[in-house]
Amino acid sequence: MITALLLFPLLASIFLLFFKGEIVKKVALAAAIIELALSVWVWSVFCSTCTTSKEAFSVDIPWISSLGVHFALKVDGISLILILLTNFLIPLIILSTYKHTYNKPFTFYGLVFAMQTGLLGVFMSYDAFLFYIFWEVALIPVYFISALYGGKRRIEVTLKFFIYTILGSLFMLIGIIYLYLQTPNAHSFSWSAFQLLELSPDIQGLVFLSFFIAFAIKMPIFPFHTWQPDTYTESNAAGTMLLSGIMLKMGIFGVIRWIIPILPLGFMKWDDIVIVLAVIGIVYASIIAIQQKDAKRLVAYSSIAHVGLIAAGLFVANEISLQGVVIQMLNHGVNVVGMFVVLDIIESRTKTREISSLGGIASRAPKLAILFLIILLGNVALPLTNGFVGEFLLLNGLFGYNSYLAAFAGLTIILGAVYMLRTFQKVMLGQLTSTTEDFTDLTPNEMAVLIPIVAVILVIGVYPNIFTSLSAADVKSLVGALK
Amino acid sequence: MADFAWLIPLLPFIGFLINGLLGKSLPKILVAVIGTGAMVASFLLATLIFFSIPQGETIHLNIHLFDFIQAGTIYIPFDFLIDPLSILMILIITGIGSLIHLYSAGYMKEDEGFYKFFAYLNLFVFFMLLLVLGSNYIIMFIGWEGVGLCSYLLIGFWFKNQDYNNAAKKAFIMNRIGDLGFLMGVFFIFGTFGTFTFDEVFSKASLVTEFNQPIFITICLLLFVGATGKSAQIPLFTWLPDAMAGPTPVSALIHAATMVTAGIYMIARSNILFVLAPTALTVIAIVGVATALFAATIGLAQNDIKKVLAYSTVSQLGYMFLALGVGAFSSALFHVMTHAFFKALLFLGAGSVIHAMHHEQDIRRMGGLAKKLPITHLTFLIGTLAIAGLPGLSGFFSKDEILAKAFETNIIYWVLGVIGAILTAFYMFRVYFLTFHGSFRGTHDQAHHLHESPLTMTLPLIVLAVLSIVGGYFNLAPIFGGNAGLEHFLSPVFAAGQAKIHHTNHLSHSTEYLIMAVSVVAVILSIGLAYFTYISKKSVPVEDGDEINGLHKLVYNKYYVDELYDKVFVQPIMYLSTSIYKFVDIVVIDGLVNSIGKGIYALSGILRQLQSGSIGIYVLMMVLGLISILAFNLIP
Repeated sequence: MITALLLFPLLASIFLLFFKGEIVKKVALAAAIIELALSVWVWSVFCSTCTTSKEAFSVDIPWISSLGVHFALKVDGISLILILLTNFLIPLIILSTYKHTYNKPFTFYGLVFAMQTGLLGVFMSYDAFLFYIFWEVALIPVYFISALYGGKRRIEVTLKFFIYTILGSLFMLIGIIYLYLQTPNAHSFSWSAFQLLELSPDIQGLVFLSFFIAFAIKMPIFPFHTWQPDTYTESNAAGTMLLSGIMLKMGIFGVIRWIIPILPLGFMKWDDIVIVLAVIGIVYASIIAIQQKDAKRLVAYSSIAHVGLIAAGLFVANEISLQGVVIQMLNHGVNVVGMFVVLDIIESRTKTREISSLGGIASRAPKLAILFLIILLGNVALPLTNGFVGEFLLLNGLFGYNSYLAAFAGLTIILGAVYMLRTFQKVMLGQLTSTTEDFTDLTPNEMAVLIPIVAVILVIGVYPNIFTSLSAADVKSLVGALK
Repeated sequence: MADFAWLIPLLPFIGFLINGLLGKSLPKILVAVIGTGAMVASFLLATLIFFSIPQGETIHLNIHLFDFIQAGTIYIPFDFLIDPLSILMILIITGIGSLIHLYSAGYMKEDEGFYKFFAYLNLFVFFMLLLVLGSNYIIMFIGWEGVGLCSYLLIGFWFKNQDYNNAAKKAFIMNRIGDLGFLMGVFFIFGTFGTFTFDEVFSKASLVTEFNQPIFITICLLLFVGATGKSAQIPLFTWLPDAMAGPTPVSALIHAATMVTAGIYMIARSNILFVLAPTALTVIAIVGVATALFAATIGLAQNDIKKVLAYSTVSQLGYMFLALGVGAFSSALFHVMTHAFFKALLFLGAGSVIHAMHHEQDIRRMGGLAKKLPITHLTFLIGTLAIAGLPGLSGFFSKDEILAKAFETNIIYWVLGVIGAILTAFYMFRVYFLTFHGSFRGTHDQAHHLHESPLTMTLPLIVLAVLSIVGGYFNLAPIFGGNAGLEHFLSPVFAAGQAKIHHTNHLSHSTEYLIMAVSVVAVILSIGLAYFTYISKKSVPVEDGDEINGLHKLVYNKYYVDELYDKVFVQPIMYLSTSIYKFVDIVVIDGLVNSIGKGIYALSGILRQLQSGSIGIYVLMMVLGLISILAFNLIP
């Protein structure tokens, strides 16, 4: 069942080669919706077997036996949430691209599906070799999506992004090979074999660093973030959404799956430093966001701030903060994609992202205004939106670690309101400008993208139990690994 | 009956949904009926619940709706708590709220955003009801932040005007500063008691015997930071005067029925925690009395009718905090109630004036309106007398009670409180005289169109005027032959806290009469001075361009607090934002990343030399490599 879930997008991407022209969009959307339906089915089965065994949710086939590589997949509550996030966002991202025309559409959508496979693989792999392959499989398509279909400086910027992240990945590869060599005879890459290793704290600390660099760049944690604003700004809208909505969760998930259970002592050696870096990043990025002129760059910095809080909660690693991490990964993905969808709609109508040249859109597009406002409120963590649940748990978890740090990180509550409301005011409120004079309200297609996003923001905001109950058991065992 | 209390917030929420989603295509009359009807129904339900409490009994009911957040040791149910305190609050909120909704139907009749306005009003009341009904700090926080959002939406209701939008943004952000304090306080509560639920926290706290433990002082001061934001106290008060940018019914809603009373409610709700931290209570009393005086002096020199009322709210809230600070929790709520009556009356009355004057708010352009607006005039006078504290009217009883309690604690509080009352009487009568008496100073056009407002607007004025007169009798003190009804009603909520307060010096009746007489005489003299200045001498405040100096200039410019905050907080952060971005992020961090990249590129140039094509070097490398691998496996 989960193998089908993993491989279906790959098939879809090959299948797309047989189509040309505008029909590709429709086929792509249909395939993405089927994949979403598949994951909802998996979700429902997962829930109905919550109390019984989870055998249906793991696969283990010997693959390259001479190297001890297994095709090992497993879905637990945490990965299920990320799979749902991925498969929920991909059809929306595809639908949001309907207003654009791409050169060689089958390439574009094919790359999207290839990336989807990579992402799902990262979330499912229980074999380090497989994990590494999927990790890179997810990277390469998005590099091409950004490099082929982006803004003016796209080549230069995406190359930097590519080299930066792949450099991180190489460190991780060294770490993986080292762990592999430590496994008993007839070495193995399997997660459980890694987990059984009993390495000294010093060694764990070193291996931790090799993994951490890869994950920290991907998230990104301050000060590894500088590739991100440029890449988000220069990529086309879909590329930005894929990167920000889903891809950066790979880094966070990597820590959950491959660092905490396998290198607990290394984790505990470095956690204080990482938490401090993450918290600095929150305030640092929030302050920078306030004066940004380009709306996309502003959202990029706000995303760094939000991820900083997730990273802080991740390394605090108590039960409350980790539950916050899991739910906030989902929330951040939904909210940031919502923001970029709105910015894409505005940019495609006005041909600009300059905040100062926009204004008054609310009087032309009341539907957009209200949906944008709800997405924005999710971003500033207003209660009864999803963002509140996540930030509340994360800050509370961080508070359990150190109350001063929590107060400092809590500045995001104030600064987030400052930069978000400033953006909303300058873009949506006030008088119309020459660029916004002919602004038209949302098309049905655009409504179909934004309404599911807004619905999720509100549903999680009111009843987060739907998802927190999925991950509760896994979070408990993660915390157990650190004792 | 109380089991149905969950309907009370639900009704306005449904009103919000209907008007928000479909209102655009509904006729205005239907929108008004739905919006107002939802409120009235809520009010009736609240009244029924109030009367369903058997004589001589109290109520304490927890209504479980669903589980909101569960994670680790955190369990937050979405529960409502029905007890005397929450019943009092829902009565005020839905009662005043209904009148304001009715009034809005007339006031906003011409506005194209009519349906949106009603939707926002309903949502505002919904969040305020959540705030007072929540049975734990997190549900309270939902309402707490929700009213912040609604005030943002309503202050900036006319969103084409960027000044209004700035006022709205300022309100939201200043509230958020307080909210962070509140949230940290709540985290400390969770850290100390392991729960967010009122009943559990308070019953654990009532077992504490040691006063002024650092943790309690911390919790209380942090909660108080939240209260200063929501209830506009020093230092976070500056948003409230700007908040009058919204349509006038919104000001009435914010100042009387919702929002600003949240801080008072929250502290009264947590009274046991505050009683355990007398130091925090002292801070509250000092901030309260300071705000009361500070805002009153600013009120003396403002010329915008709504701005004067806004500063008077800040000042009156200061009195409520003074009451909380001296441990007189039920007195604070008594003043919340009477203030809700007369402040809603004054704002709606001001709205009626503004309506008649075609959006003129400057009292220098008014005068002599008494004849043209008889109902507005009479009701406004009642409101003015009530807030000034004329004996027999509601404001007198509640303010007197606070002053008497302040006297018991510290005579300085009382002296400052009386000075505040004198200032209040003066600036309120200044507004009253300048608006309704003397000669008309507006344009010819305005004079021609002066008219009394329609019934939808005057009816709420009349009801509120009656309440402003009789409101004091709901809690008539024994020295007036009353039975302190409200205080008895609320006493179960404050019982545990009061048991820990040691009342040392109870006032004798003669002292109480004496201090009352002093404040009444002072207030009447102050009204006389206002009469002398604005009626006998017919003086009118100077025009904006004219030279004013010294103290007057300082007060007129509101002590330059906004300018101070701008210089000390806003501008440095803006500067920091640009300079961190341009220097630290781009030059230092990204520069470092790029130079590492360039370094690797250069290094690869050297490494490329290795691939020289010379077989000999390759063999050498291979041998060295093998040796190092072997060494690696042998050393472990």
